[in-house]
Amino acid sequence: MRTRSNLSRRISQKTAFAVLLTATIAVTAVSLFIIIHIVVRGAAIVDWDFLTQAPTQAGKAGGIFPALVGTFYLMLGTLVIALPIGVLAGIYLSEYAPKNRLTKVINLAIVNLAGVPSIVYGLFGLGVFVLMLNFGMSLLAASLTLACQALAMTITTSREALIAVPAEYRAGSLAVGATRWQTIRHLILPQARPGIVTGAVLAMSRAAGETAPILVVGAAFLMRGLPQSPFDRFMALPYHLYTVAVHIPGMPEDTKWGVALVLLAVVLSFNILATVVRLRARKQRG
Amino acid sequence: MKLDSALTNSRPPQYRGTKLSTRHLNLFYGPCQALRDITLDIPERAITAIIGPSGCGKSSFLRIFNRMNDLIPGARVEGSVELDGIDIYHRSIDVVELRKRVGMVFQKPNPFPMSVFENVAFGPRRHGRVSRGELQDIVESSLHQAALWEEVKDKLDQSAFDLSGGQQQRLCIARVLAVEPEVILMDEPCSALDPVATLKIEDLMRRLAEKYTIIIVTHNMQQAARASDVSAFLLMEGDICGVLVEHGPTAELFTKPKDRRTEDYITGRFG
Ligand SMILES: Nc1ncnc2c1ncn2[C@@H]1O[C@H](COP(=O)(O)OP(=O)(O)O)[C@@H](O)[C@H]1O
Ligand SMILES: [Mg+2]
Repeated sequence: MRTRSNLSRRISQKTAFAVLLTATIAVTAVSLFIIIHIVVRGAAIVDWDFLTQAPTQAGKAGGIFPALVGTFYLMLGTLVIALPIGVLAGIYLSEYAPKNRLTKVINLAIVNLAGVPSIVYGLFGLGVFVLMLNFGMSLLAASLTLACQALAMTITTSREALIAVPAEYRAGSLAVGATRWQTIRHLILPQARPGIVTGAVLAMSRAAGETAPILVVGAAFLMRGLPQSPFDRFMALPYHLYTVAVHIPGMPEDTKWGVALVLLAVVLSFNILATVVRLRARKQRG
Repeated sequence: MKLDSALTNSRPPQYRGTKLSTRHLNLFYGPCQALRDITLDIPERAITAIIGPSGCGKSSFLRIFNRMNDLIPGARVEGSVELDGIDIYHRSIDVVELRKRVGMVFQKPNPFPMSVFENVAFGPRRHGRVSRGELQDIVESSLHQAALWEEVKDKLDQSAFDLSGGQQQRLCIARVLAVEPEVILMDEPCSALDPVATLKIEDLMRRLAEKYTIIIVTHNMQQAARASDVSAFLLMEGDICGVLVEHGPTAELFTKPKDRRTEDYITGRFG
């Protein structure tokens, strides 16, 4: 009896294992196929000139330099706005906010902000930054819009990274007469830093890939040069990909894949960076 | 048996005065009362042991003296607690200043995730500008006082996590000593340690008591008998925890307990 039930248990365990393995392989295979396809097709055109030259003939010739730089500007703008606010809000929520229902509601609202469709952020940015604050269709309006969207992530990851720091550290620090702020500044924040950085990097990579929101707040179809001030319009990779893929007749196939490859490379490299930061922190903690 | 031989080593209490005192102290956590009507004097430069079964409010009582209970939402204190005759729950009291004077060592060693040196230097660094040289002196003398210097003098830059449990606990003591407190609160400081490390900490306490007022929570009766001058026995009563049943010189409390419950508790464990 016992051996049989043992046996059947072992069989069902093996079956479950096989199913999980198949699912994993399927998912990995699909992603790999997409990536390899983009790399193979895009590699035909991506070279130094493609990266460093302005587009000509409505993007059919030349390169993608303004779009590439525009995307980096957007990522930088998002970071500069969303990281400090995210960290400060995270500190408030984890260290100072009273543990009551209001705080719970706020936390829930912030987490849910991440689920708001990005076009809604776009329209919000159009209404508030472009029109109401009169920033116009601009790099500034777009950075602010993307930062609003990124806040959900930077606040949540900061808060969670801070909460994860053991309470014994706080107690030990307060018990030697450190103030609450000193405790946060010199003990808690350094411990939470990898988690905060990981969140910020992921938020930047998301900002790099967003198309819908920037479409309504200032991304330009074609620009010969780079934006000269935060109030200028700008080009960005995802929007450029959209226009070359859909709107311009007679666009060489290679160009489309080339833009896709560069966008993918930017986003993936930031995701990998986030993973490296996290793994290194875990190793250090031992 | 063991208890008796431990007691012969115990030093007769020679009080120089009262360092801390509570009068009709009540502590509430929200609707629950954790301490009731505790009136107790803590002698200066001596070791006071707080004993009693788990959950009777020993830790809560200890946290009264550095106001760590303030951090618990809903905690409320009634009655008076005085340090050198000054009410530490008065509005004008700066809690940060109080905690410099009344340090605390926790049940589980809690070194910070930094080097041995930085652990000890953490407090002094927070309390104003100190030069590197001064800091080095403070760290060295604190580690000496904590009987740890010889063991770590070559590993000051290593992570504090590389030390053994007993060394970590002495490091936490050194961290407290570095801010030059007057009182050291210890909440079952040896409960996570092996017997050898435990004896080391007890030796250390004995030496520190020449300079500092020490209050130690323990539910190890032998430790209380061995290492303390005065003992206070807390017990839960009904749904209210933390009543002070009896207190007095350790030798008397352990050999001639006045209260039946004290005797039951002491002998219940070792009789
Ligand atoms: N942070 C807290 N919030 C609410 N109740 C607490 C808290 N800490 C302790 N208590 C309660 O106070 C009582 C005494 O606990 P404690 O002081 O930890 O006892 P001991 O240290 O003697 O084991 C227990 O009933 C415990 O449940
Ligand atoms: Mg306790």
